[in-house]
Amino acid sequence: MKRLFEDIGRYCQLMMRVFSRTDNRRMLWRQVPSEMVKLGTDSILLIAIISIFMGVIMTMQVILNTENPLLPRYTTGLMLRDTYLLEFSSTIMCLLLAGKVGSNIASEIGSMRVSEQIDAMEIMGVNSANYLIFPKIMGLVLFMPILVTLCVALGLIGGVGVAAFTDMITMDDFVYGLQYAFIPFYFTYSVIKSIVFGFIISSVSAFYGYYAYGGALAVGRASTNAVVKSSIIMLLMDIVLTDLMLT
Amino acid sequence: MIEVKNINKSFDGKQILYDISAQFLGGNVNQIIGQSGSGKTVLMKSIIGLFKAESGEVLYDGRNLQEMTEKEIKILRREVGMLFQGSALFDSLTVLGNVMYPLEMFSSMTRIEMEKRAKFCLERVNLIDEKHHLFPGEISGGMQKRVAIARAIALNPKYLFCDEPNSGLDPVTSLVIDKLISDITKEYGITTIVNTHDMNSIMETGDHIILIKSGRKAWEGSKNDIFEEGNQDLEDFVFASDLFKSIRKKKTENNNQ
Repeated sequence: MKRLFEDIGRYCQLMMRVFSRTDNRRMLWRQVPSEMVKLGTDSILLIAIISIFMGVIMTMQVILNTENPLLPRYTTGLMLRDTYLLEFSSTIMCLLLAGKVGSNIASEIGSMRVSEQIDAMEIMGVNSANYLIFPKIMGLVLFMPILVTLCVALGLIGGVGVAAFTDMITMDDFVYGLQYAFIPFYFTYSVIKSIVFGFIISSVSAFYGYYAYGGALAVGRASTNAVVKSSIIMLLMDIVLTDLMLT
Repeated sequence: MIEVKNINKSFDGKQILYDISAQFLGGNVNQIIGQSGSGKTVLMKSIIGLFKAESGEVLYDGRNLQEMTEKEIKILRREVGMLFQGSALFDSLTVLGNVMYPLEMFSSMTRIEMEKRAKFCLERVNLIDEKHHLFPGEISGGMQKRVAIARAIALNPKYLFCDEPNSGLDPVTSLVIDKLISDITKEYGITTIVNTHDMNSIMETGDHIILIKSGRKAWEGSKNDIFEEGNQDLEDFVFASDLFKSIRKKKTENNNQ
């Protein structure tokens, strides 16, 4: 328990340094686009493949498991849309990203720590926390809405594919379900959640990387901690955000 | 000049440094020597301020590090260059990018001026033009050390710290690095502090030496005093190798004749 409070304290201190005054604003912001590419665009393929396949699979599962004549056929489209908007595009996608992006951030910063590159920055008088972590947080947070939109769009396209290429459901029923009782706020909710989760993934992973002391083992440990802890925090925040925004 | 007064440092209740005092003069290669685990690196990091000493003072030309505000420490850090044991070059930047990094962060130079200054520093450490666009992983350990020296001197530091600059290098390259550090120190009047346990390096460049044993200052002098002193701790350290034992033996025989 003591360790938990210590970690929370150190995390808050680190975040204060990350968002404190920067040494060179031009150099800092120059890094944001490259971080967006590294953390965001490089994740598009993974997100695209998973979104499409999960869209196809979920559509087929819903059709096969709701063969009740009392349930309207359009329920399939409706369920797929709301599942993607409410949970899949934000929570599940971010859990996947925690594995890919979180471990990347923790191991990159952790390697810099154990090879004394961060000490070298500190000796020069550079605020290393701000210089290294701020662009990663901004890069991921700014890219999150794009990933959410892409995830929803591709998931629904996967469902449309099932309607188009199989005789499990008609296209009319499926599209009617997609449009039925649509609440636009769900999309806003999903984007807000993904931005919060993007912040959690990048900052928690950076925290574990930044305080990795030792050698290769410490980097590996930091990477594992980054994925596990950011996933748990995201799930806890999911409950909080759902309660705040949907009830 | 850097002056250290009664420095004490411990980690998790275990005392590492005991009441160390020393003066490190400008234009001199000042060496902190001792066995591995004796507390050399902790002392150096305490002098730089990477570790906070529990008691004692570190004075940079009279400015007390312990009493400085965060802003003053930041300004002081721009007067400091450091060569790390593993070079600590930034993997994502080229050789030229590494040397330009401190200039980009803290100088108001134009890009052309920065490039010119970085190339001058790289030439000063004898790194030819065609290596400038390679990444640290693509050059040898000796070259990495030279790039690290070039980066350390890019902002014309007043103080230069070198943590075991010869580790992992062959004897010939070690001498090149030692000579480079010594030449730069004298040329620019820098106060240089080198952590080392390499005897060649000590005999080559040690203008002023302090020996640390188990966290305590055991001896202070220069490379010329090493063979003359009767200090037991110094003898245990210096004459651990057969080579130096034979040198001392010859010297004693010559003196007796």
